Amino acid sequence: MTQHVNNTSETPGTPHTPDTADVAPQPAGSRRGPLRWIMAAVGLVATLALPWFVYPPVAMDIAAWALFAISVDLLLGYTGLLSFGHAAFWGSSSYVTGLIAIHWGVPFPIAILGGMLFAMAIAVPIGYLSVRRTGIYFAMVTLAFAQMVYFVANQLSGLTGGENGLQAIPISFFGIAPVETDPFFFYFAAIGLILLGIWAAWRIVHSPFGRVLVAIRENPARARALGYDVDRYKIIVFVLSAGLAGLAGGVFAISHGFTSLEELDWTTSGKVVLITVLGGIGTLWGGPLGAAIVVTLEDRLTSSGFEGTGIILGSIFVVIVLLFRHGIWGTVRDLLQRRMEPRHDRGD
Amino acid sequence: MSAFVQYTVQGLAAGGFYALAALGLAVIFGVLGVVNFSHGACYMLGAVAAAVLLDVLHVHFWVALAIVPILLFLVGVLMERLLIRWLLRLDPLYNFLLTFGLSLILVDVVKRRYGVSGLPYERPAGMAGQLHIGGIGLPTYSVFVCLFSLLICGVVWLLLTKTRVGMIVRASTEDADRTRALGINVGRWVTPVFGFGIALAGLAGVMAAPFRAITADMGSNFVIILFAVVVIGGLGSILGAVVAGFLVGLVEAYGQAYAPTFAQVAIFVLMAGVVLFRPAGLFGRDESA
Repeated sequence: MTQHVNNTSETPGTPHTPDTADVAPQPAGSRRGPLRWIMAAVGLVATLALPWFVYPPVAMDIAAWALFAISVDLLLGYTGLLSFGHAAFWGSSSYVTGLIAIHWGVPFPIAILGGMLFAMAIAVPIGYLSVRRTGIYFAMVTLAFAQMVYFVANQLSGLTGGENGLQAIPISFFGIAPVETDPFFFYFAAIGLILLGIWAAWRIVHSPFGRVLVAIRENPARARALGYDVDRYKIIVFVLSAGLAGLAGGVFAISHGFTSLEELDWTTSGKVVLITVLGGIGTLWGGPLGAAIVVTLEDRLTSSGFEGTGIILGSIFVVIVLLFRHGIWGTVRDLLQRRMEPRHDRGD
Repeated sequence: MSAFVQYTVQGLAAGGFYALAALGLAVIFGVLGVVNFSHGACYMLGAVAAAVLLDVLHVHFWVALAIVPILLFLVGVLMERLLIRWLLRLDPLYNFLLTFGLSLILVDVVKRRYGVSGLPYERPAGMAGQLHIGGIGLPTYSVFVCLFSLLICGVVWLLLTKTRVGMIVRASTEDADRTRALGINVGRWVTPVFGFGIALAGLAGVMAAPFRAITADMGSNFVIILFAVVVIGGLGSILGAVVAGFLVGLVEAYGQAYAPTFAQVAIFVLMAGVVLFRPAGLFGRDESA
């Protein structure tokens, strides 16, 4: 009857994300090689076809939240760090992007680049301080720092508009009118940035650098003993992740034409973690899937006048954490793997 | 000078809420290894319960002070039995996420039932005025909050140090496996300890009811400051939670008085300093890598 645990995890293997032991990048030439390209192609087609099936602004939201979730997964799934403060990067980039677009009127990708760089800049001190703690402490410290960013943005109301948020962010795109006025065409102009971000995440994960991250997740002490500067790797991936979150937040701000303190709020940090966990930790592909489900669900709930979104999202969270800790993508992948590899590769 | 004393009392009163709730958080973490994200929501439930009891059943503040913690204890027992328990063997992050989801649900349920505007709550009789001590006027209720939260912290301290249950709790905080090896059924205490921690959050909520706006969101910011408190004090350290709670209350009050623009930021700057120079917290032991 004693189900008591103190601080340390009793699950074998990974101390930080016990359910993601099988996410290490596959060796080249593995049997999933061609499958991966097929999936990438399917994903690309689905991404490009999305605005025909979904209201284009909602499609843009899905894409932005997908990249945001991937940025969180880069830390959680591949480095074993749960950031509960990623709204700080998504939100601050949305403000900086908006301010650049309003005051300088540059084409939107440049404004977004500015927002992204700002997010990375503030991620340096936050990451430097946060990586001094691991596990649950890391989550709490990042959460607290994100709240600090929230308060600062609230105080600088002359710049940020305070409670009112930043209104009337223009879309400027080399004078190409359809992109600047029609959300449908804007989607195709902006989706490139999102895909670029996803590609960057994929490259990071499948690089030697990404392997070191997984090694740190699996066994920080051993990684350190092998000569890797663990904290430095963590800070670098934290800043990269913040950059991707910033990229997503910038696209979000331009797409909506306004941004508000809600984007910096800790519920936003929580929502993106929900999307990541729902899709599947340590899968990258889970992010888009989770984003599609959560954004569509929220859109449906809001347009049907139902106000208890928190009840629904909270319940999903509880159910996922209790019953489907691998998330949707992880669960599906496990089933597929069991099919494809009935005998070998089982016993770890 | 008199202004300074007033700010100090104000800060200690705010610190009293943080100290009580952080104490609950620390006890739960010590025994279960769970960081309860819904602690802020439970604090809010305490305040809402007090307001509803007063409004519907005309239950007096002093009675609510006794009843609400018992109600919240039961809520905590239910939470632990139905949900928390299933994830105790896994990484503590899962219970962190679970309680986060739970807190979304609780806040939204209260919001839908009681709206977003604050519920009214009058200061209890005899607590509305001011006390004059040495020529300095202090709000009676703030003085009461300071003293009462200190008293409760003292009582909890005595429970932990002088009773057998307290000894078991402290022992399992130190080293659960060895405590079990000594023949003590640690598992028996998991549920009551969780309920107790939640009850402390509820008690803080009742005390905050005459003092703060009672809304569904009142715990949202509270819980994050609470996290800062336990990071500063050292998670798992009982003394650290109490000291850091009052410290943060003071920082907040002085900040509001002397640098109102950055009052709330000051807490996080303090936390950043602690993380930088003493990563384990002021009273924590360095057990992390």
